[in-house]
Amino acid sequence: MRKRVIAAAALAATISLVAAGCSSNGSSSSASGSTITYWASNQGTSLDNDKQVLTPVLDDFTKQTGVKVKLEVIGWNDLQTRIQTAVTSGQGPDVLNIGNTWAASLQATGAFLPFGDSEMKAIGGSDKFVKTALDTGGAAGKTPTSVPLYGLAYGLYYNKKMFSDAGVQPPTNWEELVTDAKKLTTGSQYGFSLAAGSYTENAHFAFINSAQNGGEWFDGKGNPTFTSQANIDGIKRYLDLMQTDKVVNTSNAQYDNGVQAVNDFATGKVAMILSQNNADSSINANGMKSDAYGVVPFPSPEGGKPVASHVAGINLSIFKNTKNKDAALEFVKYMTSESVQSTLGKPYATLPVLNGAKPNFTDNADEAATFQKIYNEMSKPLPLVPAEDQFENTVGKAMNDMFAKIATGGTVSDSDIKSALQTAQDQVKQSIGG
Amino acid sequence: MSTTTDVRGPAAAQKPAPAPPAPRRKRPKGWWLPFLLLAPAVVFELLIHVVPMLTGIWISFLQLTKFFIANWSEAPFVGLKNYQVALDFNGSVGAGLLQSFFVTVGFTILVVGLSWVLGMAAAVALQGRFRGRALFRTLFLVPYALPLYAGIITWKFMFQKDTGAINHFLYDNLGLPGDKPFWLIGPNAFWAIVIVAIWRLWPFAFLMLMAGLQSISSEVYEASAVDGAKPFRQWRSITLPMLRPVNSVLLLVMFLWTFNDFNTPYVLFGSTAQPAAGDLISFHIYNASFLTWNFGSGAAMSVLLLLFLLVVTGIYLIAVNRRNRDA
Repeated sequence: MRKRVIAAAALAATISLVAAGCSSNGSSSSASGSTITYWASNQGTSLDNDKQVLTPVLDDFTKQTGVKVKLEVIGWNDLQTRIQTAVTSGQGPDVLNIGNTWAASLQATGAFLPFGDSEMKAIGGSDKFVKTALDTGGAAGKTPTSVPLYGLAYGLYYNKKMFSDAGVQPPTNWEELVTDAKKLTTGSQYGFSLAAGSYTENAHFAFINSAQNGGEWFDGKGNPTFTSQANIDGIKRYLDLMQTDKVVNTSNAQYDNGVQAVNDFATGKVAMILSQNNADSSINANGMKSDAYGVVPFPSPEGGKPVASHVAGINLSIFKNTKNKDAALEFVKYMTSESVQSTLGKPYATLPVLNGAKPNFTDNADEAATFQKIYNEMSKPLPLVPAEDQFENTVGKAMNDMFAKIATGGTVSDSDIKSALQTAQDQVKQSIGG
Repeated sequence: MSTTTDVRGPAAAQKPAPAPPAPRRKRPKGWWLPFLLLAPAVVFELLIHVVPMLTGIWISFLQLTKFFIANWSEAPFVGLKNYQVALDFNGSVGAGLLQSFFVTVGFTILVVGLSWVLGMAAAVALQGRFRGRALFRTLFLVPYALPLYAGIITWKFMFQKDTGAINHFLYDNLGLPGDKPFWLIGPNAFWAIVIVAIWRLWPFAFLMLMAGLQSISSEVYEASAVDGAKPFRQWRSITLPMLRPVNSVLLLVMFLWTFNDFNTPYVLFGSTAQPAAGDLISFHIYNASFLTWNFGSGAAMSVLLLLFLLVVTGIYLIAVNRRNRDA
């Protein structure tokens, strides 16, 4: 019997050892009080480039406050999954970048710190932010769980020399855009390049093209209304650039991030791209000077609504269960300060999110003015509903598949689009308990 | 408890007469050692296998969506609703699952079948002694020894349409007519993933069959050769029957691994695209969960997959055992 007791004790000791091993692993992140973890999204020309740009900025923060920052840069294709995993496990960074379109969705998880009055005060007050940008922080009427960091908008970039050689003018409506693109598509060169394998880009253009038709993706209650004709027409118009107009190389169906399309543009393989203003950093990195290209708003069809972009951008969020709340708030304050904003505005080619700040990402005054105009007057926010990220996921990936079908010789008809949207809508409905 | 032991111990020692029950109570010295040695394994088995599996089954009855993901305990219990949706083949979610199931069945049959054929051919070819046999054996095992991700990512590069080695070889070097095809999107994605999975799996079949062949005495072959049996006849009448125990386990293990394969599609297609033609079921379930944060639904699909694999395994084992008994 005594031996049995000993054995039981040994077993208990083993279990507690194992358990202790687990728990000590779990708490190690909190042990170092003066270090915060920061997940940055990919804004520069590569993940490495991001590290180079951010490291001196973060070092300055450490010098000023004594708080060390552990940086991890995460690509766009992984960021959302990484955030989901962090929310699920409760093991996340202290501060992180989110695509501002996910703000309402991530807010719904309850895993992020609401910026109430005291938190807002700690980061310098809500007044310092541009209202359009701040409004993306969460669902209307709720305390935002993110604040704007970088402002972005889509523009239509065109190669000036190719346009003048072909004798065409920058398009002012969709029909002109297609005509121009056809003229600019020759044997070795295409009129257009699209990130047709990137679900985020595809979802954005599903939204923008449909918005030009007056379409909506959610009703007032946040339920999906994906299958409307305006949405189908919007997607079809975008797909047809590759399918019927043939102004896009079918290889683009495998472009799973925007930078690949931007590189095609910067190296003179295509005459036009649709990109957010942060493309400037990649274009310049490829040796194309800022006076070699122009930017106009992405045109809508004749008679359509003048929506050229969604209110794009990157927001900062703090994980609710952070053990370093004060340090995290301090860091958010620092990142949204005027000096850091102007430091990062150039390498990342972003629009300012602070009141009174001027865009400094380009020497080209026309380009800066165009983007500022698009951001302020021609942008429509993506629906600020909890299921927004599911719209991006399901519709964006459905469009990846449609582009893949077109690229491999198939055709995508209105009814194909409708059934794909129906599938996406069913998935979203099921997940919000519909 | 300890006092009773103390009393009984000396009492038994003083009176040796009624000895018979005493030795049964007295445990041999160190009896607890095996239990102690097993304990870590049991604990980790529970932690790593049993607890997550039960958690998964439990989740499948919950509406575990993003609204509850930060606090699981608040997720509402929905009974069999997740299963109903997954099995409603007229609905789009169920139809997607069924389509993925059929793709996976075709994929599994091809991959397991061809891997076995290749493994068998190589094992038989390397059965006889010749110079350089060790070299070939090592060479054939390379795909099995390579880190999974490194191997599959290399395939991913080779399958690129414009810059990949495969199209370059087929169209630029061999001069096949026509345009270079896409391999990783569209219908060809199925063949791409079958090729990669076979490349990955066949060395395992080779290794197992090679080990099995070692146990067949060469005398049996010599005797049959005297009777005039040609190599194919020898293979059919000696090798195959003698390898039956190896084969029955090998096929089952390869089936389970292949049907469940997640890494190959995940690395080959990336997390952004899942071509319908290469939509294997584990990957499909992963995407169904993560696209919409609907982990209850994903868990229900996983449980269905588990049940299916259990049923197939059960039927297979019964069939194999019966044949063994009959034989």
